[in-house]
Parts: sequence; C-alpha cells; structure tokens
Amino acid sequence: MTKSELIARLAERNPHLYQRDVERIVSCIFDEIAAALARGDRVELRGFGAFSVKHRDARTGRNPRTGEAVDVDEKAVPYFKTGKQLRELLNDGEAADAAE
Amino acid sequence: MSGRTITRAQLSERVYEEVGLSRNESAELLEMVLDEISTALSEGEAVKISSFGSFSVRQKGERIGRNPKTGEEVPILPRKVLVFRPSQLLKSQINDSAKNGSGQHH
Repeated sequence: MTKSELIARLAERNPHLYQRDVERIVSCIFDEIAAALARGDRVELRGFGAFSVKHRDARTGRNPRTGEAVDVDEKAVPYFKTGKQLRELLNDGEAADAAE
Repeated sequence: MSGRTITRAQLSERVYEEVGLSRNESAELLEMVLDEISTALSEGEAVKISSFGSFSVRQKGERIGRNPKTGEEVPILPRKVLVFRPSQLLKSQINDSAKNGSGQHH
C-alpha cells in the first residue's frame, strides 16, 4: 500500500470528506511525526508502536570495494519499535505471546 | 533536543488545527490511518509512505532460545516481525537538525 492508496482507502471510508482534505490529514500526521523526531522527541502510539531517534557514535568504516578506511561521523537514525497489539495482530495473537 | 514524548493527543490536535474538522473527528481520522496501516501489514502487504519510510513484515524462522534466568532451552516459534525503513529524506531531516540544533552528544 502506498501513501496514495492509503489516502484512497480513507476517502472511501469517509465519503463526507474531500479527498484533498484526507490528503492533508495524512500528510499532516507523517510530517508531524518527522518534525517531532527532528526535534529529538519520541512519538508513542500505544498499540501501534513508537518512533524514536537513536544515536550512533562516529566510527572508522571501510569502503567494502577498496578496503580503504573511511571516517564515519556520528549520526542519528530514526527507529520504530512495534507495539504489542500490532505485533500480536501480525501473529494472529498467538506466537507473540509464546515468544515473550 | 527537547526529548518529550508525543502521543495521539498531540498528533490529533495538529490534525485538528490543520484541517478544521472537529477534535473528535480528527482523533478518529488518526485512528483510521493507524488502523489501515495495521490491517494492510497483517494481510502481508508492505506499506510505503513516500518521503517518510516503509513498513514491511518479515518472517522469522524457529530458533532455540534460552531462558536467561534458568538456562533452560526453549524453542522460539517462527513469527512475523515488522521492519521500518526510514526514507532518505527522514534520515537527513533528523541529522540536519541534530547538527544545527543544540549540538548535543548522546
């Protein structure tokens, strides 16, 4: 499912809304999550999952083709941890419990 | 870096400010977005949100784990895990602000 398919499915469930407004809503949600992460905030959507930012230290990496050492700067990477409910939904509510 | 936690309440407040639906309906729409994504993923469909990232489901095979307390071997059943891959844009958005912003280390 792409973003435009998501918008189409939501528009179908909400015939009273303009498709244009559904588009704005979807963009607003993802823009806001991105903005929060850029500020260094966490976004926790209970049952669905949590977005956070993890920091990676600077390290010396290697160009895999030439074997040459290259300095990699420290950086921040976005991270998503799946929520319990969604994890169970993916596993039909059984395997997730057994695995814990 | 402010280090706060954003929840449904703040996200739906933003939707409310942006589109001019009622607060109630804004919250419902946010829930529907999460619901559509969850349903697609549970049906094995990958979800790609351009300029944000993609969610996909990966099947993990069975392996032998160990109860760290008792040392007992327990089979970890085959299961599905969700993987989020951030887009290049999201990654650079987060790094640009980390550099220009408060200049924090860790």
